[in-house]
Amino acid sequence: MAILVFVVFVLFVLAVSARQSRKARTVGGYFVANSSVHWGVNGIAFAGGYLSVASFLGICGLIAFYGYDGFLYSIGFLAGWIVALFVIAEPMKRMGTFTFSDALNKQYSRPGIQLAAGLSVLVVSLFYLVPQMVGAGVLVEPLLGIPHFWGVILVGGVVIILVASGGMTSTTYVQFFNGGLLLTFAAVLTVAVLIRGISPGDLPAEEGAEDLPSYRFSQVDADISGDRIVPDLPGAEVTGRHGITDRYTGREDLVFYRISHLIPAVPQGDGRFTAQLKGRRVVFDTAAHTEGWTVEEVDGSSYIRLEQWWRFDADNRDLVETQHTSELPSGTTLINGAPDTGDNRLRQMGSVSAIPDEYGESTGPVGPLRFLSVFSRDETVVQRPKQVSFTTDASADVTIHYQEAVAGSMFMRPGLMFPLEAGEGEPAFRTLLNRLNFISLMLALFLGTSALPHILIRYYTVPNAEAARKSTIVAISGIGLFYILTMFLGLGAVAAGALNPETDNMSAPLLARSFGEVLFAMISGIAFTTVLATVSGLIMAASGAVAHDLMANLAKRQFSDTAKVLTGRIVAVVVGLIGIVLGISFRDMNVSFLVGWAFAVAASANLPSLLCMLFWKRTTASGIIASILVGIIASVGLILLSPDMWQRYGFDPAAAPMPINQPGIVSIPLSFAVLFAVSLATGKNRRQREAD
Amino acid sequence: MDEHASASHDAYERRKMILGVRMTLIYSLIYTGFVVLSVFRPAFMGARAVFGLNLASAYGLGLIIIAVGFALVYNHWCRIPASGSSSE
Repeated sequence: MAILVFVVFVLFVLAVSARQSRKARTVGGYFVANSSVHWGVNGIAFAGGYLSVASFLGICGLIAFYGYDGFLYSIGFLAGWIVALFVIAEPMKRMGTFTFSDALNKQYSRPGIQLAAGLSVLVVSLFYLVPQMVGAGVLVEPLLGIPHFWGVILVGGVVIILVASGGMTSTTYVQFFNGGLLLTFAAVLTVAVLIRGISPGDLPAEEGAEDLPSYRFSQVDADISGDRIVPDLPGAEVTGRHGITDRYTGREDLVFYRISHLIPAVPQGDGRFTAQLKGRRVVFDTAAHTEGWTVEEVDGSSYIRLEQWWRFDADNRDLVETQHTSELPSGTTLINGAPDTGDNRLRQMGSVSAIPDEYGESTGPVGPLRFLSVFSRDETVVQRPKQVSFTTDASADVTIHYQEAVAGSMFMRPGLMFPLEAGEGEPAFRTLLNRLNFISLMLALFLGTSALPHILIRYYTVPNAEAARKSTIVAISGIGLFYILTMFLGLGAVAAGALNPETDNMSAPLLARSFGEVLFAMISGIAFTTVLATVSGLIMAASGAVAHDLMANLAKRQFSDTAKVLTGRIVAVVVGLIGIVLGISFRDMNVSFLVGWAFAVAASANLPSLLCMLFWKRTTASGIIASILVGIIASVGLILLSPDMWQRYGFDPAAAPMPINQPGIVSIPLSFAVLFAVSLATGKNRRQREAD
Repeated sequence: MDEHASASHDAYERRKMILGVRMTLIYSLIYTGFVVLSVFRPAFMGARAVFGLNLASAYGLGLIIIAVGFALVYNHWCRIPASGSSSE
């Protein structure tokens, strides 16, 4: 069914672009949809283009896994629109006709400005494109059951056809379509979440063989005497131990034991056995391999002996089940200690395990405020998925997924993702850096929105400044509503036990699946149009920047309109192909995280020149050029030197030259400072020359 | 457009711009307050505020609702043409 909906959406999108391609022959038609889009449509299209997979899937996932900290992204993403509406929207529309560098250029008419601005649009678009393409692959993989690689190619291919043929007109329609669907769907899902309420007792029933239903983790008593620990499991024996030591206190906060034990098995002949493992029937085939497990006969019955990792719960002094994967040196993968067959997969996690007594077994249908308030209570306990990875003495790579119990009152306030409070024994400068990192992110989100190229180009698709303003207001209302709903979707996903331990991006689709296949099919289709809408906007922006700003300036001559449109189409194809390649090569990167960087680059490169051009009369062309270039170099440079990138290069993140991940707090003021300094210096020279 | 109308149109644009800047500044202050509280008093953000919500949720949802409210107020103000001029 998911595939059917997906195919219908693809055909619809292609049909739209085929219809619109006739309008896209002229420069105005191709690049700005003849500036004839109605403000209402443009407003929804703003929302559809802005709400990327990072907002839709990323934020829901972060809220489900980290609680309130995920919602901070929602707040920052929305607050940025205030700057866009009050300061940028109308002047942008009044001053430019095609791209934002037009607006900059109108006042100063120096070719360098158009060049610098065009370049920055290209850089920011590419930065933003990577997470979208990665997201496309990550989504399509489980939704349609095709490899990541093909997912990226499929999405990239459709986008290229869409943009190259239909230009801004079909981009607008796809964004409008997507914006409407996203809002409607998020509202429907929120109502479903509220009607279901919060019931610690029941998790959604298992359906079909292909899904990953949630799993209740069992606990066993353990007989502990000194260092010896004997779990209450048949034939149990502790064969390994892994402790996680706190970096600052030196205390072992988390201990896992590898326990070898027996589970009853049924012989099926030919050396094959079946056994129930975490509620699933799993086949053990001795002909294939017996690595990691063995068959034992006890009193005439068959058993499988396998090794599983359990977490030691120091408070209750017992052992709690975990889920885990092990990559053995031979290349064999074990899931929860058993062979990696189609039936044996990681199960969904997360739950609300306790609610305040006055609600009894279940809250039943609740209102939105009541829903949030139940979540915020001290008595509410949220079980959130966490993971640790390590290599054992026998060089097996193990990843353990376990649940951490968090009080609702902690889950619903800042702190789980951004460690803002000083931890015990944590050096003061570490706390300071964590805080700076957070402030830096919130600053970039606030200032970045209005400087994003695919947002800026939408101002040129409406007829006048008033329409630009009205469509921004429609956008703010729609996006604001959507971000409020993300809170319910994220919390609903953890309450439904619909979290895939391996990727937080799947939380919203899995929440939808817990309500049935129809909603799930819808969400997969919408996830696809979401990627399409954002990516097509970005490719349009890049295409405009090259065809309109860079080419005319580099070649130092005016091109005919036909040549510009042709260049626009060629650039769209090339940028699309680059996006496909990047999407495939960066597949492991976290989607929301990369988007935060794109905002920082946009805010550093574009915002200072936009603001100063409007509000500071002494701004000069050289100041703007210098600020844009310094903004790009500083933000991108600091990102490349950040701890996260250091880790990706394979170095110790603590040794990274830049101590925090978010560059905004340094690069944005720097870009402003350069603009002031250069403007004052060059302005003085000019006045002197004029006086001479 | 005669000179008088053009001058008052400019005045209208300027007033609109000043209003926009002021509203942005006010909003920035509210936003800054939110960031400062989250950074330096996260425990306080967990305190009960209104409707059974804690301060973090109430402030966060408030920021979104205020943004939409500001947008509507601004639009309403922009629709009233400045005395003696047409709005566009």
